[in-house]
Amino acid sequence: MSEAAMTQSDIDVAIQLIGMHKWYGEFHVLKDINLTVERGEKIVVCGPSGSGKSTMIRCINRLEEHQQGQIIVDGIELTNDVKKIDEIRREVGMVFQHFNLFPHLTVLENCTLAPIWVRKTPKAEAEEIAMKFLERVKIPEQALKYPGQLSGGQQQRVAIARSLCMNPRIMLFDEPTSALDPEMISEVLDTMISLAEEGMTMICVTHEMGFAKTVADRVIFMDEGEIIEQAPPTEFFENPQSERTQLFLSQILHNG
Amino acid sequence: MTTDVQGSVTGDSIFRDPRYRAIFYQILVIALFVSFVWYVGHNTAINLEKRGIASGFNFLSQPAGFGIGIVLLMDYSSQTSTHLDVLIIGIINTLAVSISGIFLATIIGFIFGVLRLSKNWVVNKIAAVYIEVIRNIPLLVQLMFWYFAVLSVLPLTKDSIQIGENFLINNRGVSFPAIIPSNGFWLITVAFLVAIVASIFIRKWAHKRQDLTGQVFPVLWASIGLIIALPVIASLIMGNPFTVNYPEFGRFSITGGWSLEPEFLALLLGLSIYTGAFIAEIVRSGINAVSHGQTEAAHSLGLRPGITTRLVILPQALRVIVPPLTSQYLNLTKNSSLATAIGYADITALFAGTSLNQTGQAIECIMITMIFYLSISLLISMFMNWYNKRIALVER
Repeated sequence: MSEAAMTQSDIDVAIQLIGMHKWYGEFHVLKDINLTVERGEKIVVCGPSGSGKSTMIRCINRLEEHQQGQIIVDGIELTNDVKKIDEIRREVGMVFQHFNLFPHLTVLENCTLAPIWVRKTPKAEAEEIAMKFLERVKIPEQALKYPGQLSGGQQQRVAIARSLCMNPRIMLFDEPTSALDPEMISEVLDTMISLAEEGMTMICVTHEMGFAKTVADRVIFMDEGEIIEQAPPTEFFENPQSERTQLFLSQILHNG
Repeated sequence: MTTDVQGSVTGDSIFRDPRYRAIFYQILVIALFVSFVWYVGHNTAINLEKRGIASGFNFLSQPAGFGIGIVLLMDYSSQTSTHLDVLIIGIINTLAVSISGIFLATIIGFIFGVLRLSKNWVVNKIAAVYIEVIRNIPLLVQLMFWYFAVLSVLPLTKDSIQIGENFLINNRGVSFPAIIPSNGFWLITVAFLVAIVASIFIRKWAHKRQDLTGQVFPVLWASIGLIIALPVIASLIMGNPFTVNYPEFGRFSITGGWSLEPEFLALLLGLSIYTGAFIAEIVRSGINAVSHGQTEAAHSLGLRPGITTRLVILPQALRVIVPPLTSQYLNLTKNSSLATAIGYADITALFAGTSLNQTGQAIECIMITMIFYLSISLLISMFMNWYNKRIALVER
């Protein structure tokens, strides 16, 4: 690869998965995953449970280890090198299904912990940044409360703010609305939509097809550890190619 | 129908109202309890009088007249010292073994609790075997094991196992060099205290600096450095103001140096290894109780494993660990009364044992001993409850 090509790919490509495989013991969870995500692209990943969607995005920041193939994030190849893992984790934010806020810390402390200890930001500055992001997710007034005192929707918005405080260039969402009561889903989705509008690179595992239609540049359908189909949302929903995609869509659109 | 103060409606008969019934039964129970206590007390007093046993605490000022194996921090002579002195020695000895036991058991417990969670198969199994074996053998048997099967069969004094020149192990215990302060030793003590105070200030300063600049200061290493360096410098300034008294082979036993008696060692080892196994299980379950999602969230934010453990996992694990840990501390303190079995001079062996036998003041001796254990246990509980409250989670 020439020097010029490298720089080019650095600018345009946020994430690259090349021939990635993963096994849990004997069980082959991810089979030959190839995916390129461009900078600023929003991708929605859907598929039946157990299809490996979460596992795939968890490989991107090394919460899970892949056994074969390459993962390149922001031009850094993910290996066993601890330093590179740290570098990638600093660039990639993640939001979890069950929020995973730190219950022993206040909302504000949740948001400043990583900036203070990882980025070595002075406390006052970290708090300023945290308040800015708490305002963006519309809960600055909860800053001094503990996570246990907030509703699910509020907690998830804090979790998003917590990730944003590290200034990530890429955000991963692992079923961010699945654990929420129906009336709280929209407040979290609104936050995610506004984030998308600002040009954040996002990979989002979700069953919210409305979100996929409004925000996604591309929808990916996975089943049994393989990427079965990927297409822009209009094409994906109106004209799914594979039989499995059709079956899946008919099931969730019926229920949804 | 009538309405009482709280504004709720009372039925026809107050005997069918659960609130009045509750009050009635409570009064009944209290009355029964009081009359029972009075009956027992009265009966005991009459019987003691009949047998001509004088009750009271005068015996405390009588000379004890027996020798004691282990005396710490005070002078004791079998001729002049009183039963009160015996009591105090018993208390000191119990506290000595309990405090060092709690300290040691906590270290053993935390180490093995963490090892038990290790992904390394060998390490994990070693911890598992330790916990399962130790937890399932009675403490009394383990104390006897350490005393009779390990420490008593060590070589005789003259054939002591020597580690280096001056560290001797034999069936009379463990001897090592003693440091005897001489003129000017005070500066070393002062330097040590100054180092501790300075460490506290460094900690505060480091916090403040991190808040302002984000720089992390290695507080632990700096403190350790200070605590070692300052006393050493002080010692050099005063020209080493102490003499070292080395243990030497005397005619019958080892003289000089400091030594730990086998009774103390056996009790300390037995108590801390036994309690450590329980603490290990408590630590393991505490760490397991923190959901794996917490670790993942911390890692995804870029926090390194060490900081994750310190700032995310441990604070949450501790709130699960502390209440059962308190029970273990209480258990260890109370179990130290098994000292009687191997002849360590704790409060139970000395005061509720020898003093009681000599004076016949059974009720007084047992009462004092019970009050002592109760007070110590309550003190430990109070401290641990205070600590637990400090680290408790705020929810709703």
